[in-house]
Amino acid sequence: MTETVTTTWFDTLIHVLIIVAQSLGLLVGLLIIVAYVLLADRKIWAAVQLRRGPNVVGPFGLFQSFADLIKFVLKEPVVPDGSNKGLFLLAPFVTCLLALAAWAVIPISDGWMVADINVGVLYIFAISSLGIYGVIMAGWASNSKYPFLSALRAAAQMVSYEVSIGFVIVTVLMCAGSLNLSAIVEAQNGPLGMFQWYWLPLFPMFVIFFISALAETNRPPFDLGEAESELVAGFMVEYGSTPYMMFMLGEYVAIMTMCALTAILFMGGWLPPFPIAPFTWVPGIVWFLLKVLLVFFMFAMVKAMVPRYRYDQLMRLGWKVFLPISLVMVVVVASVLHFTGLAPGAGG
Amino acid sequence: MSLAALFFYLFAGVAVASAFMVIASRNPVHSVLFLILAFVNAAGLFILIGAEYLAMLLVVVYVGAVAVLFLFVVMMLDVDFVELRQGFLQYLPVGVLIGLVFLAELVLVFGSWTFGQGVTGAVAAAPSDVTNAVQIGRVLYTDYVYFFQAAAMILLVAMIGAIVLTLRHKPNVKRQSIPVQNARTKQMAMDVVKVPSGKGL
Repeated sequence: MTETVTTTWFDTLIHVLIIVAQSLGLLVGLLIIVAYVLLADRKIWAAVQLRRGPNVVGPFGLFQSFADLIKFVLKEPVVPDGSNKGLFLLAPFVTCLLALAAWAVIPISDGWMVADINVGVLYIFAISSLGIYGVIMAGWASNSKYPFLSALRAAAQMVSYEVSIGFVIVTVLMCAGSLNLSAIVEAQNGPLGMFQWYWLPLFPMFVIFFISALAETNRPPFDLGEAESELVAGFMVEYGSTPYMMFMLGEYVAIMTMCALTAILFMGGWLPPFPIAPFTWVPGIVWFLLKVLLVFFMFAMVKAMVPRYRYDQLMRLGWKVFLPISLVMVVVVASVLHFTGLAPGAGG
Repeated sequence: MSLAALFFYLFAGVAVASAFMVIASRNPVHSVLFLILAFVNAAGLFILIGAEYLAMLLVVVYVGAVAVLFLFVVMMLDVDFVELRQGFLQYLPVGVLIGLVFLAELVLVFGSWTFGQGVTGAVAAAPSDVTNAVQIGRVLYTDYVYFFQAAAMILLVAMIGAIVLTLRHKPNVKRQSIPVQNARTKQMAMDVVKVPSGKGL
């Protein structure tokens, strides 16, 4: 009796250790990629403006992000006297933690994920909707005018665009017939390769999802929460050193999550563009990373080229343009699936 | 004690503690944040009993949307904390009395509660081969479709009611029309004039 108990404890321990190791591996990989994505963002932005961008630290500025990291960590964190100190320091942790938590369910290749849960899409949707709290808490706890205005703006913006993201996800779910991210990718697998991925049949939803993802992550041209010409630096005005770095980290990890979600929902995740010989030799994680980076490149180009929206235009776009279009598309997709008999069975 | 039991006590303990802090904390914004913590822990409890779909919906709807609006309103209110504390002892007996009556009623109702004949058997065992999103869908859109529609109608009426109550068209306000703005052309906006030198317009 005692022996069985000890083995179960041992098994549990091994199980937990494996999960911890997987999570650590994923996090290290993710953070290194985020460091270079940050650099790529600045380089692309610079290239569009005919500048060189960061090019001093390391060859071609390749170590710039690490230099920034060391700089932020070594600086003294300043907590304003009038702030609500507990919440002030909790806010960057919440932002960072939630952004990283979303990666637990993202399949980076066939069967390569930390947690294969049935409601993967809903989990990511829930986690990304919690991301607002970091911003609101930071804005309120700073006890200062600009951060508070910024928090109100950012919160209203993120709630608005979540609605249309929700409807876009619903159309994809109806086509795939599952809430599991791996099952959604598998549902896009077919002889036509990349023309069978959902970006083509659901093209309007793909566009809406991309633009809503920009708004959801507070990226330019929708970065009203931190519009420097109006609100200095928005909810991050009072932050410096490590807490500021955690906000930036959380923001870029959230952007990578949205890129990964776009790749999974619309671009076939780890699937090769054509299911024939030279493409299928490449491992799935390479295709997944290429797709994520392609989406990120589009994010960066939009940031570089499109001027910032006015706040009322932003709200109008979310509520009066995207919401009706996505609502109608849900009905249209459901009808097409139902009447053509293409709807997947309610098995998974 | 298995891992699940450990997590149960963790979630349940934090949920109860944060529910207490909702009414105990001095700052209303802290109260709302503790309420959110309670919601998240309730979602954790849902996951432990295998209702992961309900758990995610709880987080998306209550934490992601409802509580955000709640926090919004509480942050914007100009609450005078000192005034809020005044009269606390004065109202305490009434509050305790209401609480006791409520407790007594609950004890009376649930103390003599027994399941009717055949009720316990009527709850179908959850089929294990389908996910619980599919299970809910199968019941919700077949047996309970009218209740579902009625709930949707109530929400729609409430939404329209809220809009009607708050929508005011103030006179003398310059409103922007996006179609008009978008329809502006270069000819409408610009007037190219050749200015003779030394004359002015």
